[in-house]
Amino acid sequence: MSQLRHTLIGRLARDPLAVMAIVIITTLVTMAVFANLIAPYDYTAMHMSERFAAPSAEFWLGTDNLGRDTFSRLLQGGRIALTVGLTAVVISGLIGLVLGMIAGFGPRWLDNALLFFFDTLRAYPTIILALALAALMPRGLTTVIVVVVITSFAEYGRVVRTQTLSLKHSEFILAERAMGASFGRIVFHHILPNVLGPFFILAAMNLPVVITIEAGMSFLGVGVPPGTPSWGATLKDGFDHIRQTPWLILSGGLPLILVTLGFTFLGEALRDQLDPKLRSGR
Amino acid sequence: MIQYTIQRVALALGIVFVSISALYGVMIALPGDPTSVLLGPRATPEMRALFREQMGLDDPLVMQILNFWGRVLSGDLGTDFFRNRPVATAVMSALPHTVALVFGAIFWSATLGILLGAFSADRRNSLLDRVTGVISVAFIAAPSFVVALYSLLLFAVTLRWFPSIGAGEPGDLLSRIQHLVLPSLAIGLAWVGYVARIVRASMLEAMGESYIRTARAFGLPRRRVVYNYALRVAILPAVQVLGVGIGGMLSSAVFAEIVFSRPGIGTLIYTSVSDRNYPVVMGAMLVAIGFFVTCALIADLINAALDPRHRKTQ
Repeated sequence: MSQLRHTLIGRLARDPLAVMAIVIITTLVTMAVFANLIAPYDYTAMHMSERFAAPSAEFWLGTDNLGRDTFSRLLQGGRIALTVGLTAVVISGLIGLVLGMIAGFGPRWLDNALLFFFDTLRAYPTIILALALAALMPRGLTTVIVVVVITSFAEYGRVVRTQTLSLKHSEFILAERAMGASFGRIVFHHILPNVLGPFFILAAMNLPVVITIEAGMSFLGVGVPPGTPSWGATLKDGFDHIRQTPWLILSGGLPLILVTLGFTFLGEALRDQLDPKLRSGR
Repeated sequence: MIQYTIQRVALALGIVFVSISALYGVMIALPGDPTSVLLGPRATPEMRALFREQMGLDDPLVMQILNFWGRVLSGDLGTDFFRNRPVATAVMSALPHTVALVFGAIFWSATLGILLGAFSADRRNSLLDRVTGVISVAFIAAPSFVVALYSLLLFAVTLRWFPSIGAGEPGDLLSRIQHLVLPSLAIGLAWVGYVARIVRASMLEAMGESYIRTARAFGLPRRRVVYNYALRVAILPAVQVLGVGIGGMLSSAVFAEIVFSRPGIGTLIYTSVSDRNYPVVMGAMLVAIGFFVTCALIADLINAALDPRHRKTQ
């Protein structure tokens, strides 16, 4: 495993897109983590004489309709995006992992029932379900996370189930079983480590999707509470004042585009490296 | 194939039934009195009691869900109490706009995607191929509502090439199309990337086949072999990808409709959610999920008809 990781990192370092992706992701994460230290202004501070300012030495990315510094707000928004993204990915990943392994290991009827359950959940168009649930639940980050978990754990479940099924019938598991290994040993020692590889790639590629859903929900006004500087909320302010300033939309969209680009390029590079068939096809 | 079709259709119907029932159940089981939401705070207790009885709100949950389906099957999606019209009317007047938007997006992704894909397959491994490869991934990655906002800002507000609001004059085809260009591009852009990659991959595969080599050996011009023979083979997988993608485009359509202030299912759900107009939310959800599942089903069946291996692996 460490051998593989070593060569994997070595190979990624030679792929310019992968390097770019890692640089983008590291920069954004660092900026989100140290947002309070980096931000030139308090993200709630209003400079009423400087409303709708264009980017300048004073306000790097301009100001919004209340004269608040866009750069400071976007930094704070990065924290929200990261918190929601990581929480939702971890929760939906764990649910999917457990259900997927149950489906893969369980009796045929249980497998079928869980598959039907996964397919039913995937029938909801994400944003439309988010809107419908938002009508029923209080506005806030918890609702956002619940919506994202409901719409995304089925994907993990399906991948884990397929992986478990193919492993269950592999020869090394049969051999373990013949030698009398316990069920727990087989699951935790042999199946789980082998399921985790594709699982983590899926999680990495899912993170920007989750961040986009959060921004989308906040843009529609069913995400974070009013006043919270989510990237989606900044874009909404920009949309509402599109005739006054183009800068809120231009600046507000930037971190979202960078985050999705970074993770997509990284996922592409990882898949290219891990799937030899694709590599020869290039 | 017949058995497979029956199986898939039954599964699709089951999924629609369960997903909508679950949503309906959650909607009525949640705390909060629907009568005060729908009738407003000034309703008298008598009005509330009458309303509860009319809506069957005192029946057990399962009965309410079954009654809901009974009404749906007889074509009654409920009543929009806010505007005093049948929900079906509201949904059906919004649906064509959304369908037009989704098919506009398919038009963009098919034409641009196939061109881009064929172009990079033709110049494989050149600098241009690499650049188009990166552009494809960038298109896939860009969130559709950011694309919608940026294109609104650039082409409608700044350059004024296209209108920024509405769906155009009824009956005026040119105006309808003008209003469709930007929102459908915003939705389709992500799929331009997907289609381009799939077309490129399957064209490269086709160009390795012996009949292509034969055509070249007979002295047919390279350009003609690439664009006439290889491209024809590569279009089929692209069509399949788009079939599956229609569902995903629905979610993007919500943003495009709101950003460009267009009527449609997305706008309808959005405004109904803000008004807490549950009957309309329910009806629009039913249509949206039905549309989504039907498209996935059709794509699935086309796949199976063209490639028998798919019937086994599912």
